[in-house]
Amino acid sequence: MTIALRSIHKHYGDIRANDGIDLVLRPSTVHGILGENGAGKSTLMKILSGYVRKTSGTILVDSEEVDFKNPAEAASHGIGMLYQDPLDFPPLTVLENFMAGQRMKAWPDRSLFRKRLAGLCREMGFDLDPETPVVRLTVGERQQLELARHLAAGRRVLILDEPTTGISSLQKDVLFSALRRLSSGGATVVLVSHKLEDVETLCDEVTVLKKGRVSGSAVRPFSTGALLEMMFGREPAPPLRKGHEPGAQALFLEGVHAHGGRTGLAQCTVKVNRGEVVGLAGLEGSGQDVFLRVAAGLTRPTRGRVHVSRKDMTGRDHHAFKTMGVAFQPAARLEEGLIAGLSVAEHCAILERSSFSLDLDASASLAQERIQSFQVAARPESPVESLSGGNQQRLLLSFLPDDPVLLLLENPTRGLDRESVRWVWERLDAIASNGAAIVFSSSEIDEILMVSDRVLVFFEGRIIHDVRPEDTDALMLGKAIAGRV
Amino acid sequence: MMDGFDMLLVASAVIAGAAPLVMATLGETLTERAGVVNLSLDGTIVLSAMAAFVVASLSGSLLAGFAVSAAVGACVAALVALFSVRLGMSQVAVGFVLTLMTRDLAYFLGSQYARTEGPISGSAPVPVLSGMPVLGQVLFNHSVPVYLSMIMVAFAWWYLYRTSWGLRLRCVGENMEAAYARGIDPDLVRVVYTVAGGALVGLSGAAFSLCTKPGWGQPQGCEGSGWIALALVIFGAWHPVRAALGAYLFAFLQVMSIHFQSWFPDVPAQVFQVAPFPLMIFLLAVSTLVHSEEAKMLAERHPLLRILTRGLAQAPPLSLGKARSRD
Amino acid sequence: MRTVFARMGRPLEMGLKTALAGVAEIAASVLVVVAFTTLVLLVAGAPPLDTFAVLVKGSLGSWSKLSHVIKVWIPLTLASCGLLFTFKAGLWNIGVEGQVMMGAVATTLAMRMGGPSPLAGMVTALALVAGMAGGALWALCAGFLKTKAGVHEIFAGLGLNFVSQGLVLWLIFGPWKQPGIASMSGTETFDERLWIPSIEALNLSPAALGMAVAAVIVTAYLLSSTRLGLYLRAVGGNEKAAVLFGLKPHAVMTAAMLCAGGLAGLAGAFQVSGVYHRLIPAISSGYGYLALLVVLLAYYNVWAAPVVAFFFACLNTGAIQLPMLLSLDSSLSGVIQGSMVIAALAVHSVSTRSRRSRG
Repeated sequence: MTIALRSIHKHYGDIRANDGIDLVLRPSTVHGILGENGAGKSTLMKILSGYVRKTSGTILVDSEEVDFKNPAEAASHGIGMLYQDPLDFPPLTVLENFMAGQRMKAWPDRSLFRKRLAGLCREMGFDLDPETPVVRLTVGERQQLELARHLAAGRRVLILDEPTTGISSLQKDVLFSALRRLSSGGATVVLVSHKLEDVETLCDEVTVLKKGRVSGSAVRPFSTGALLEMMFGREPAPPLRKGHEPGAQALFLEGVHAHGGRTGLAQCTVKVNRGEVVGLAGLEGSGQDVFLRVAAGLTRPTRGRVHVSRKDMTGRDHHAFKTMGVAFQPAARLEEGLIAGLSVAEHCAILERSSFSLDLDASASLAQERIQSFQVAARPESPVESLSGGNQQRLLLSFLPDDPVLLLLENPTRGLDRESVRWVWERLDAIASNGAAIVFSSSEIDEILMVSDRVLVFFEGRIIHDVRPEDTDALMLGKAIAGRV
Repeated sequence: MMDGFDMLLVASAVIAGAAPLVMATLGETLTERAGVVNLSLDGTIVLSAMAAFVVASLSGSLLAGFAVSAAVGACVAALVALFSVRLGMSQVAVGFVLTLMTRDLAYFLGSQYARTEGPISGSAPVPVLSGMPVLGQVLFNHSVPVYLSMIMVAFAWWYLYRTSWGLRLRCVGENMEAAYARGIDPDLVRVVYTVAGGALVGLSGAAFSLCTKPGWGQPQGCEGSGWIALALVIFGAWHPVRAALGAYLFAFLQVMSIHFQSWFPDVPAQVFQVAPFPLMIFLLAVSTLVHSEEAKMLAERHPLLRILTRGLAQAPPLSLGKARSRD
Repeated sequence: MRTVFARMGRPLEMGLKTALAGVAEIAASVLVVVAFTTLVLLVAGAPPLDTFAVLVKGSLGSWSKLSHVIKVWIPLTLASCGLLFTFKAGLWNIGVEGQVMMGAVATTLAMRMGGPSPLAGMVTALALVAGMAGGALWALCAGFLKTKAGVHEIFAGLGLNFVSQGLVLWLIFGPWKQPGIASMSGTETFDERLWIPSIEALNLSPAALGMAVAAVIVTAYLLSSTRLGLYLRAVGGNEKAAVLFGLKPHAVMTAAMLCAGGLAGLAGAFQVSGVYHRLIPAISSGYGYLALLVVLLAYYNVWAAPVVAFFFACLNTGAIQLPMLLSLDSSLSGVIQGSMVIAALAVHSVSTRSRRSRG
């Protein structure tokens, strides 16, 4: 089955997730879709699998034009997708997950499905017990189950979104050999990934996306340099920081393990000194989120110790960390950072913690000061949910304490334009010069190189690299992020 | 002290007394398995009890009474579905208001029929089987609605775990997005099972007014049982058989409270009538406690506790009470 | 049904000002409720116009009726004010019914202990304070079940409601039974000196009225102009963000429960000291549950709540005449109140949806 995508657009308001993408997927081929976070890969694949509807463009399946309204229609054309976070039913058993969504009689013969599952598992080299609840499976096993289900339902086009995130290398080998076998049997396999290694091992053909457009394509054998160029290529930004003399120890994580996020955090030992700006690089959800929350006292480590200013803070809550001068700012602004329904002035009033009765005029004038100095397009009485994303971000930055010991910022400049990013970092740089340690995560390699004194690269919940920006560059970091140290 | 205490009689009374509660509990289990909380149970039961009694009295047909009660329950549930699934209103708010409103509606419309004579679904022993020793009296010497309630437990289990519709229903309750990705329409499924569950709740009202607590008046003896059914669904961990067992446990407590009355004549009767309700809620509290972070931490340290909590704790359907976001 | 609401929502889509939209929303929901109530009345075989007339005359027709309305309004407003605290903090305090009952129990206890001494006025005042404490303590139980044990406040509250109902019955039929025979009519009536003072000619207690009005004003002040109100709204708006802003959500929730319980307890205290002058089995008169409806219909607005409470009190009072004059059951008031809330919520959600889809 050949699938041709012509000039696919998907717009969310002003954001163009897909901005005119052309792509051809051929049978008996493993086709890689490569690109950074936010390049538009997942959106494109969700359109192809009928989960999201395109804004405009044409999809041809064997030269016949189709317009999928829902996943069922795509499935009836033989297209199936394995999502990054497996879309399954964790409390149900393996067998029930296998059956759900397949054609069956009103009261199905379970032994028939059991046999079919066992047969597919044998063929693919999977080891799945039909009566285990899926919640007890590893991500890799859930993926195998999804794959088996799609095959049993007769899918000829299989799209896998970041299938190797969070699975063991053994499971990866099993998966890849299964995919190769399917492809040689005539199926079309699409592998969506950030990871060069995966693409290079498995794919016959690669298309690279950047900012919602196709930035290049290649066929086997691939040149790593050329692929990286297509993914990350851009003129390097001049470094902003001159570098400070590091001061006293601000944060010390000692052999920390923690749950949470997609991958959790494992064996993390890091020291950060005051005056240092540390950038956390890596695919989104590779452990940076957990790292920041452990350092803020929001997530308790399962093992290891957390020290702030040489004081053991393991097991203390966020309030204790706050009094030690730690401030945390989450990436999900309206979900975690701001309080919908409250105005800008009311947010300021919470921070003041003065008298029992509120002086709203005073809070309003304080809010006005913050708004002006952080260039937020809002008025003191505006409810925060009415602000645009960039303004919400600036507002959050304005709430940071004046004299912190440790600032933990999750994607602090997401949604800001280049000028604003520079402006924000001049501010943060001043805070660091005053002796604060700043640890931030970002999906922009340029930003990290521009402002950091040190870069920690996260991969699958571990820190795999600890470098100074002057000893590395965008291409090397890109490789490290993709799991190639 | 133990005068007149006969195990067989108690068992038989438990089976019969629990019948309406079993129906309501099964209905709400179906609804919640699809991810919707229908909080209107308590009022719905009273309203359908009234409707069943009035219709059965006027038409002289018990069957008509049961049919109308199911229709009433389905209608109230359809309102819950309309407001919460389609309009995205808070399921708790809608259900709570409806529970008060339907109860008042029942007393208003039914007032002229209060304390009138009405038909009763009488005892109908199953031929042959009722002659069996022990089991005959406990299981096969009841009225038709009681048999129905017992059959329903088995049917609900079979439907949920052995049919393709039941599988679809559970899928929607656990993960609406995944269900959608597999070609199931989550909203449709939620509406269907909210209404179907409501019909069962309605039947339980008829089982009260035409069978277990026959007659109609204010207050009807079934008031409060809707809340108990809601608690039982949680207590039963959203499993039809476990929920039904909870209903039998509650009926046992009620039967025992009558015996306690004769054993402790000093304590006023009203206390014993009310006692099973808080007892049930606190059983629920204990079974919720198992979910708490502290309990889990404790269980991590003691392997024996871990086994126990695994057995008790069953997480609610993952999409329970949530509205589906659309873009 | 859905098309009915959709059709009603449509005029609102034309971009009228919010105020006008609000009026239209109210008008639309009133229309739905009148239509629905008329239908219910026709089903019951009652003359709709006469029934509405009885409701109006029975509540506003004479001074004695109006004074009765006020007697209903006072506890209803007190309990509603209390619920505003918990709703702002994002809690469904369904246990308010039990908190009213426990307020009544605590007041009765205090009055029995104090007795008709020369300092009767003092005893009454202390008994009211005891009522507040009783309600607050009961609310604290639900609060702890929620924050410490993770039991949803709805089930914790319901369980406690059943417990308090059992307790009231036990007291009336047990330790506090009337000399001679215990009965559903309640405990012995208190000495008149212990009643809340009232102007007999008007059958109205200025002290109690003042209490309710003060409760509204204090609630409005606390919620809008103090740190407490701000913290409640912050925790209700976003628990996670509130932690980052240095708040402790559990402590804030507990404070909300205490305020709600205290006011609900005061409502119960008034039921004992100002209305029944004794403890009766149905001492709460269902005002706790009704107050939940009041706050939902008032859309959590402090100033709208007493107005809605007055309207509901009128319905409750007017409906008392129904059995005598038209041989209809008085539960009609509950039907109107419930359908009013449902209709208003539905109309509101339809219009905000259509407004959002336009914007």
